[in-house]
Amino acid sequence: MPAPSQNTSRRDIALAALAGITPTPGVSKPDPIIVADHVVRKFGGLTAVNVSHLEIQRGAITALIGPNGAGKTTFFNLLTGFDQVDEGSWSFNGVKISGTPPHKVARMGMVRTFQLTKALYRLTVIDNMRLAATKQKGESILRAALPFLWNDQEKAATARSEELLTRFKLIDKRDDFAAALSGGQRKLLEMARALMVEPELVMLDEPMAGVNPALKQSLLGHIKDLREDGMTVLFVEHDMDMVRDISDWVIVMAQGVIVAEGPPNIVMRDKAVIDAYLGAHHDSTLEQDRG
Amino acid sequence: MDFIFIAQQSFSAALGVNTIIFALAAIGLNMHFGYTGLLNFGQAGFLAVGAYSVATLVVSFNFPLWAALLAGILNSVILALLLGLPTLRLRADYLAIVTIAAAEIIRQIARSATFNKYLGGSDGITGKFGKDFFDLNPFKDGLDTPFLRYNGNDLWVVVTGWALVIVVLFVMWLLVRSPWGRVLKAIREDEEAVRSLGKNVYLYKMQSLIIGGIVGSFAGFVYALSRQSVQPDNYGTALTFFAYTVLILGGAARVFAPIAGSIIFWFLLVFIEQMLRQAVGAGYIPEWLIGVNQVGQIRFMLVGLGLMMLMIFRPQGIFGDRKELALDARA
Ligand SMILES: Nc1ncnc2c1ncn2[C@@H]1O[C@H](COP(=O)(O)OP(=O)(O)O)[C@@H](O)[C@H]1O
Ligand SMILES: [Mg+2]
Repeated sequence: MPAPSQNTSRRDIALAALAGITPTPGVSKPDPIIVADHVVRKFGGLTAVNVSHLEIQRGAITALIGPNGAGKTTFFNLLTGFDQVDEGSWSFNGVKISGTPPHKVARMGMVRTFQLTKALYRLTVIDNMRLAATKQKGESILRAALPFLWNDQEKAATARSEELLTRFKLIDKRDDFAAALSGGQRKLLEMARALMVEPELVMLDEPMAGVNPALKQSLLGHIKDLREDGMTVLFVEHDMDMVRDISDWVIVMAQGVIVAEGPPNIVMRDKAVIDAYLGAHHDSTLEQDRG
Repeated sequence: MDFIFIAQQSFSAALGVNTIIFALAAIGLNMHFGYTGLLNFGQAGFLAVGAYSVATLVVSFNFPLWAALLAGILNSVILALLLGLPTLRLRADYLAIVTIAAAEIIRQIARSATFNKYLGGSDGITGKFGKDFFDLNPFKDGLDTPFLRYNGNDLWVVVTGWALVIVVLFVMWLLVRSPWGRVLKAIREDEEAVRSLGKNVYLYKMQSLIIGGIVGSFAGFVYALSRQSVQPDNYGTALTFFAYTVLILGGAARVFAPIAGSIIFWFLLVFIEQMLRQAVGAGYIPEWLIGVNQVGQIRFMLVGLGLMMLMIFRPQGIFGDRKELALDARA
């Protein structure tokens, strides 16, 4: 288990950058990696997402919290191209990416995980990892049948996969089918796999859901490590202790709208947030593994 | 009962022309269904396109055979594009519906009076369109041994057909063990996860559909050439389902499964038929129970029964991995 004090440098930078910012919804950040404007998604009569302005600070760990049905997952889906907006646009690294299909979003360096883990069950753990390596020559149909063209690259991808599996303590499961992993291990695998893409921004949808306490600690450590490795993290979580522990900034969503944002200690004392969110949350904490 | 004859018939069938046709059809389906999870219920359509391309272009348009074969491949690519472009972005069941309908449309067009001049209507096309192929036959005398017996033309089809199967299988093996094949298998498991990792799922599904379709058209070539005739009703839905039977019998997503499945399927079909025929002929089975004319139907019933037993006791197919199948239940 990594000691919390060990990783401080990037955290200090992130905290310093966010220090002077007024904690109010839609406030601008010094170095945003994502800027979203007027993002609206309706399902029939229900407005699931209605975000007028939002910026995500580069290099920081930002938590997106809010009661069930607040629109967090839908917002993730929109940003990553898995769902289409009714209105609005957003940019990643200053490039407008609204309307970009998911695979292109991922290639640009913005990789997400899913609330319901998507381990590829009948692939081995190592193949789950290797799959995610980028720019692989052997993935082209024209070269696939000619192994000498891609063998070296495949070896490199395997080595990197093994390195990550070791870091995520899954190396013992290297040749098992992903289906043979526990729920928590699948979450670890999904996160490790996302890192194979070498993303700049990692978006985690409820990484702790259904994970046992022991694994939770190591997951927490891994998320902090992402920041120390220079990545930006945006994650959805219900576990308030965890949010307080690892996030540099917290965004609160309720009924599709951003109702508050700011540093964790300030936001979590906000009366509006406690009303909108924490009350509802305490009722729903027991609901561990909801669909 | 003449057991030598029964063995000869059964083994000849096990390695025969039909086995080759269904092995190729199932190899194509294995690419679609076994590796990519695409539900193609219109494999018969790809066979029909291959078979009719050869017959029509040679007989009605005087193409040389090699050019007709190339055109057949091209046509199967076009069919795959037509099927895939509108459906592969949608849920898996759309492809299933569209392919089953498309194969029927192809069959009905082939049967229609409108195109009678070129496609021969419900009688199909019979002619010497395989002449270029059979002219090359070095085995004009055929083969007559206690276990295998083929006439000259059949022997040539069998030899070249198995050569084709081996080449196709080798290419398949190279493809599915490559990173490209890994993407296909991942798509079978969960498309969205694959998208989230930066892969263009639509493109891969299209490539899979095209490649499996081309192999299906190869089966059509063998079908047409071996009989020197094409008939629309040979390319009905039943053909697709027999190809699935062959695939699942062997074990989906195993490279060699289609061959093993096809050999076993045709061996059993002919073996049961010959056994019944002789048993009825020799009076071991009373006439009131099974008549000679009913043997043809009853062999299918028995094979069906055998398949049911297989699915109950070995649902992963003969070469499949039970553990892997159980994982499908998302255990
Ligand atoms: N595909 C969909 N069709 C209809 N309604 C949906 C769909 N996806 C989400 N919703 C609705 O949108 C709202 C937001 O859902 P979601 O984004 O999953 O919330 P969260 O992740 O914050 O719990 C919910 O009311 C949910 O029922
Ligand atoms: Mg959610």
